Amino acid sequence: MTEHGIGVAVKRKEDRRFLTGNGNYTDDINRPGQTYAYFLRSQVAHAEIRGVDTSAAEQADGVLAVFTGADLAADEVGGIPCGWGLTFQNGDPMIEPAHPALAQGKVRHVGDAIAVVVAETRKQAKAAAQLIEADLNELPAVVDMKKAIEGGTLVHDEAAENTCYDWAIGEKADVDAAFDAADHVTSIDIYNNRLIPNAIEPRVALAEYEAASGDYTLYTTTQNPHVIRLLMGAFVLQIPEHKLRIVAPDVGGGFGSKIFHYAEEAVLTWASAKVGRPIKWTAERSESFMTDAHGRDHVTHAELALDKEGKFLGLRVHTLANMGAYLSSFAPAIPTYLHATLLAGVYTTPLIYANIRAVFTNTVPVDAYRGAGRPEAAYLLERIVSTAAREMGIDQVEIRRKNFIPSDAFPYQTPVALQYDSGDYEATLSAALEAADVDGFAGRKEAAAKDGKLRGLGYSTYIEACGVAPSAVAGALGARAGLYESAVVRVHPTGSVTVFTGSHSHGQSHETTFAQLVSEQLGVDFEAIDIVHGDTSKIQFGMGTYGSRSLAVGGEAIVRAANKIVDKGKKIAAHILEASETDIEFADGSYTVKGTDKAMAFGEVALAAYVPHNFPHETLEPGLEESAFFDPLNFAFPGGCHVCEVEVDPDTGVVDVVNFTAVDDVGRVINPMVVEGQVHGGVAQGIGQALMENAVYDENGQLLSGSYMDYTMPRADDVPSYQVSTEVTLCAHNSLGVKGVGEVGTIGSTPAVINAVVDALAEKGVTDMPLPASPQNVWRALQEAGA
Amino acid sequence: MSGFNYHKASDVADAAGKSSSDDALPLAGGMTLLPSIKLGLSAPSDLVDLAGIDGLKGISVDGDTVTIGAMTRHADVAGSADVRKAIPALAAMAGGIGDPQVRNRGTIGGSIANNDPAADYPAACLGLGATIVTNNREIAADDFFTGLFETALDAGEIITAVKFPVPAKAAYEKFPNPASRYALVGVFVADGPAGTRVAVTGAGLNGVFRQGDMESALGASFSADALEGISVSEGDMASDLHAAADYRAHLVGVIAKRAVAAAAG
Repeated sequence: MTEHGIGVAVKRKEDRRFLTGNGNYTDDINRPGQTYAYFLRSQVAHAEIRGVDTSAAEQADGVLAVFTGADLAADEVGGIPCGWGLTFQNGDPMIEPAHPALAQGKVRHVGDAIAVVVAETRKQAKAAAQLIEADLNELPAVVDMKKAIEGGTLVHDEAAENTCYDWAIGEKADVDAAFDAADHVTSIDIYNNRLIPNAIEPRVALAEYEAASGDYTLYTTTQNPHVIRLLMGAFVLQIPEHKLRIVAPDVGGGFGSKIFHYAEEAVLTWASAKVGRPIKWTAERSESFMTDAHGRDHVTHAELALDKEGKFLGLRVHTLANMGAYLSSFAPAIPTYLHATLLAGVYTTPLIYANIRAVFTNTVPVDAYRGAGRPEAAYLLERIVSTAAREMGIDQVEIRRKNFIPSDAFPYQTPVALQYDSGDYEATLSAALEAADVDGFAGRKEAAAKDGKLRGLGYSTYIEACGVAPSAVAGALGARAGLYESAVVRVHPTGSVTVFTGSHSHGQSHETTFAQLVSEQLGVDFEAIDIVHGDTSKIQFGMGTYGSRSLAVGGEAIVRAANKIVDKGKKIAAHILEASETDIEFADGSYTVKGTDKAMAFGEVALAAYVPHNFPHETLEPGLEESAFFDPLNFAFPGGCHVCEVEVDPDTGVVDVVNFTAVDDVGRVINPMVVEGQVHGGVAQGIGQALMENAVYDENGQLLSGSYMDYTMPRADDVPSYQVSTEVTLCAHNSLGVKGVGEVGTIGSTPAVINAVVDALAEKGVTDMPLPASPQNVWRALQEAGA
Repeated sequence: MSGFNYHKASDVADAAGKSSSDDALPLAGGMTLLPSIKLGLSAPSDLVDLAGIDGLKGISVDGDTVTIGAMTRHADVAGSADVRKAIPALAAMAGGIGDPQVRNRGTIGGSIANNDPAADYPAACLGLGATIVTNNREIAADDFFTGLFETALDAGEIITAVKFPVPAKAAYEKFPNPASRYALVGVFVADGPAGTRVAVTGAGLNGVFRQGDMESALGASFSADALEGISVSEGDMASDLHAAADYRAHLVGVIAKRAVAAAAG
């Protein structure tokens, strides 16, 4: 281990610029002659557009142009595409309605864009938008999924019963038979609450067209610039890749919401050529609430069959998954391939059937949000396991241990497609029990009772699948792209290194962690390594950052490119040291000839690569730069145990998280501080979902929680000081042995919190708790239990 | 945000004159008014800034009365040794308003003139039986708060100070809205020269109100136990995402008891 190598808690390279206000975010970029766009958005959830009169707006001060859906149609601008195709159970393709970048014919959710105004100033654009007269014939809105599938109003005429797809995994007859033979069946109904991602930086787009070359540049707040180039260039605007540059500079948080290709990006890029000037759009926070893709929103009925000892025999799940009004980029895959396939969890349940029905409603599109499907799966499993234990009088820890996949059973094939490569669930559980001082809980509960408070302890033993994804698997499952990653390692003549990665950092600390990898591998000083990302003109290709894939996929690509650098260096050293290449060894930044004292430092080899005065050019090329693409063989499977301790005030319903312990197995840890930070942030979001956050629509499709006055974001004083640690089993299919840490916090924590709340209230007769366990919901549960 | 004419008032008479037209508004701390203008919820033609009027700031204690100038910031009330000594509940209430930025800009006069149904100061004024002093008259708090965002102030009438009688006992307890952290239910209780008072903010359909049954019970015995069994009418309660009327009514009882316990303790 070097001073800045693998396993060291190196301080973050990026923090100096962020903490001193020198970050370079999209809104910090301004181009000569820049204009501003403002989108007129629907105030109603569902309406027929009879006409849009833009004449007054066009005459307003400073206005350069006003465009509507009709203008896009006239230019044959395509709809916003979906990147994943699912099927019905009978094999029919999912219903994939058109998603025009500006509404055409109908508006389908509050926030749907009707027109865009381009003006000299932001204020002028906004003022002019108020002069647009949209003649809307309001239609009944459909918001509730259960009502949506019963008929009535259709969000899209082609989607009968508002159904996008009705999909299933598992052999239903076999699972039904397991239930028939069961000694005990536990059933639960869950509403997995809709969340609004709320990145601190709102979405921004700045588009520029260069008439002389015909080149377009789009600066945008995205997690995957190459994917945006592909989706927007190929499907929406028909701009070939070599004429379209996407730049995603510093991005202030994404949590999934900045994966997707959004309409504003395409409209601005198209309009920049129409207007002939650069155009910038910066979302107002209220626009973020009603246009950023939301997360979760599942309605689930689940049943668990058990034998009399508490062994799981079968699991049967029926889920309605809200797609919102249009299909966002990844939306169809979230409740299916990232949710239903996770329903084995860490357990040996032999038979599983899941039916997922995706439903259109007059709400903002729903797509991946930190965890994306796996939090919903973990929540479902950990709630039903805890409920079963309570019903059967089995200890919460015991029922989990009884059903764990044993540590010697890997690789383990689940009944729902996935094959886990490694894990040790007993190790993370027992470490968590100790760290959480579970033995002392009874005493703490007794002390709390003396103060009139109810204490509860909740567990979650979870697994997730990340490092998305093996392209062959993803392709077989309907992905319309490969999910590999690429890297270029460029060694400069004086030995400093620039690494170009297709991963994209928007808070993940890539500039630090990736530099540690390269420093360890090449023996180059950490400070002499720069990580470059987020610009399609600099990076050869990339699939971006989401699904905790940066290290397991992007990091591995860097390692493989660096391996090629080492090998190329061996050739150079062999030539210069007049030795056979097979006799050259590389370690600690130095090339040596086996069995001799002859050596060359890495920097000397780098210099020689660019000063090749006597190279045998037929067999040895000058230069020291290598590229690698890495496509993983399998997902990575982090898992672990979260233990939450809460104290509930029965008079007000307030839940206080007094202790939270997370023991996660994320594979090999490159930077423990970064890993701990990721877990902290994820757990805060998981506690947010459990206790606070909730996107609420009224029956007319108005977003009631459309600002921070009503949408409860967790704040620092809402969360405790966490106890975070790791246990390590190595991932079997990347050379680093890394799994992924970006999402474990959100995946594991929410069920632990709710299990703790239910445990606290159990003595009052409460057996279930809706999400979120807000003070009012807790109080109401106590009232309903007659407490 | 629309444009407006900005005036810096030199004295109270100047402020009253310039803010007497229907479309003009006096500007105190601006913690509500400025965001309202930015969001397009308010579009005054003229803003008359009171910040330059020296006589409107400051805290004085005279015998049994604490007088707070209308332009005194919440942070100044919270940090005042005089207020902490005379009416600690009032200082604590001011220290719990909004966040540090709000407390360093927002003023007592601005808060009560706005009379947000979830604001804290109206409960303190009503709970302590304060007197609101304007350029024209003195108005008892009981007559001042007339409805949601409504007060007894006339156009061009400027609050200059608020006079608080020093109570024997007082406390303010707040149950914050989980999202906004405004008072979902705030109860100010006091026992003193203005009588036994229970003022509730955040909960009522019509803004801050006094809870008569609780006041009677506390008048007989100033203890949390005295409030046992008193129910608050759901019909008078506001209802929203975070608290339906029944939950709010329940919370008024819980928070009132806690306030009484704190005051009595």
